[in-house]
Amino acid sequence: MNQHPQLDSTGRLTHLLSIEGLPREIVVDILDTARSFVSVAERDIKKVPLLRGKSVFNLFFEPSTRTRTTFEIAAKRLSADVINLNVGASSQSKGETLLDTVANLSAMHADMFVVRHSQSGAPNLIARHVAPNIHVINAGDGRHAHPTQALLDMFTIRHYKKEFPGLRVAIVGDILHSRVARSQIHALTTLGVAEVRVIAPATLLPADVSRLGVHVFTDMVTGLKGADVVIMLRLQNERMTGELLPSAQEYFKNYGLTSEKLAHADPQAIVMHPGPMNRGVEIDSSVADGLQSVILPQVTFGIAVRMAVMSILAGGQP
Amino acid sequence: MNIHIAGGRVIDPASGLDAQQDVYVSGADVAAIGKPPSGFRAERTIEASGLIVCPGLVDIAVRLREPGLEHRATLESEAAAAVAGGVTSLACPPDTDPPLDEPGLVEMLKYRARSLNLVHVYPIGALTQGLLGRKLTEMSQLADAGCVAFSQGDAPLPDPQMLLRSLQYASTVNYPVWLRPQEPSLASGGVAHDGEVATRLGLAAIPTVAETAAVSTILLLARETSARVHLCRLSSTEGVEMVRQAKADGLRVSCDISINHLHLTDVDIGDFESNCNLIPPLRSRRDLQALRAGLADGTIDAICSDHTPVDDDDKQLPFGEAAAGAIGLELLLPLTIKWAEEAGVPLVKALARLTSAPADLLGVAGGRLEPGASADLCIFDPTHTWRVDRERLRSQGHNTPFAGHQLKGKVLHTMVGGHIVYE
Repeated sequence: MNQHPQLDSTGRLTHLLSIEGLPREIVVDILDTARSFVSVAERDIKKVPLLRGKSVFNLFFEPSTRTRTTFEIAAKRLSADVINLNVGASSQSKGETLLDTVANLSAMHADMFVVRHSQSGAPNLIARHVAPNIHVINAGDGRHAHPTQALLDMFTIRHYKKEFPGLRVAIVGDILHSRVARSQIHALTTLGVAEVRVIAPATLLPADVSRLGVHVFTDMVTGLKGADVVIMLRLQNERMTGELLPSAQEYFKNYGLTSEKLAHADPQAIVMHPGPMNRGVEIDSSVADGLQSVILPQVTFGIAVRMAVMSILAGGQP
Repeated sequence: MNIHIAGGRVIDPASGLDAQQDVYVSGADVAAIGKPPSGFRAERTIEASGLIVCPGLVDIAVRLREPGLEHRATLESEAAAAVAGGVTSLACPPDTDPPLDEPGLVEMLKYRARSLNLVHVYPIGALTQGLLGRKLTEMSQLADAGCVAFSQGDAPLPDPQMLLRSLQYASTVNYPVWLRPQEPSLASGGVAHDGEVATRLGLAAIPTVAETAAVSTILLLARETSARVHLCRLSSTEGVEMVRQAKADGLRVSCDISINHLHLTDVDIGDFESNCNLIPPLRSRRDLQALRAGLADGTIDAICSDHTPVDDDDKQLPFGEAAAGAIGLELLLPLTIKWAEEAGVPLVKALARLTSAPADLLGVAGGRLEPGASADLCIFDPTHTWRVDRERLRSQGHNTPFAGHQLKGKVLHTMVGGHIVYE
């Protein structure tokens, strides 16, 4: 009951549920391992046999195209068998409980579950109940965590900025509902950046967020001053309907990333976005497609990072 | 039967008695304390040296799950858990299925409890029909059937107007209204205290102001109507302070807290422990300390178990989807002892919050150990340490956040109306 949710008794990674609580060495190991996988994608034969004979179940209780696809590609490049289950559409609607679904799939000799769920903590619950040889990867749960997204963001930052200490990183947008922001904050503080800032209107900030080790800004221009990395978050459509924000236009006016606002950041700053983007809501097209944008490389690196996580969980090295 | 309870430390919070005395039970009543009544011949002697003899506990919030939710618990299972915990009287909230909004349902529950003959059951009637907050219930008739107070359980009232009408009518028939203060619009969808833990775990939050806004409205309307109001399950520093002030101003208001909120905070949610999904949510350490202080200074009148059996299927779910609540009948006494020891509160004062005070809130006999009173007693070993094993608790629900905890205080005998119902 008191065992670590994602490390085994020897301190090895056994599930990836959250960045919070992960030792720095494990985070760095994942990033280092991912670097060697980037080259795999550039070969003619984009496959390594590390997960041959293993079954990876993509267990998506919430719809996703991009994340599921990148996990699928990552698993296939590791030679695993991949089974995609869009569970929201089948057993859950028949009243089967989450743990029953998982027990049934475990009986089909799954080796790894990649889980996305609308409820915070659902992957933790699954991880507590699977057999010891089964690994769980959180592919996004509620507002809680999206660790592989944060890791690919760290990979991207390291690729462009080389070192973490000294960096000032600003995360802009719907912090309240964002699992990506939470995981990024933990990853950045674990890797020892100089400063993490969050920028949002008060309606999109969770309580006591400064306790996570961030500086809070409601004014974007002030928050962006001298930033080396600017991470824009996606604003869900349902947040713009009046209760939290008056309109998409007003949000863009105050928190949309334009060239003018970006000019307050460091001239060498990179601009990131976990996707999918709402152009003209949180980011102007000229910035999204501009020289400082690294949004597309993020996607490429995402596959390598997910390969790294899977191979480390399965116990192999490239 | 004549029973001689010999050599125990007798604590009767109502009279302040705390001394080594013998207790003599004759038939259904306590015959004497100290010297035996003339001609008393014991048919049984309970050797109680080293043990504490106190009034049977009065638990003012126990969900029996009858009628309608028997997959979670039954009167039989929970009455057995009650007496194993030294509880001899309990009040059950109206949130059954259907809710306790018709005299027939209340009569049936009372009848079933009498037939079982283990523990006194005092139903709290629904304040509005179906707990829907639209139409008042027939409170006079429900009272005749056995209801001792009226409540919405955890169901909201839609607006202050309905609250005002409920209080006006209840005060007309002179029954207290029990309300769990929470402004629904401020708590909508929330499952955890609005603080660092909810932020880290990404759980939808219930801010403290959801409680204080409701307490404020209730106190204003209580003043307006002179209704007797009892606030159930306070959870926040500010909530306790508002009640403290209202009492100082002379308002007839009382309140309680659950044993969970006496010992746990939102930090105990840990890795999404769904047994810590409670109503109201576990709040911060600061709130816990304020609740403890309020209990010690008498602002908070009573401690209850807020016993809520939930089946595993509804508990082993992601935190936000899991049914809220925890069982507590068998933990009520040891967790109160734990608080008393940690807070340096004399046992006689601590036990008042489990006996005389809750009996007074319900307006029922019980909670007292004195000659002539019904022999509802609890005899426990205050030093016996045991480990909470969820499988060994008698409640049909096994949902407790205290599994694995070492607790001190074990009930050895429970007596109701002179009958030994547990040992």
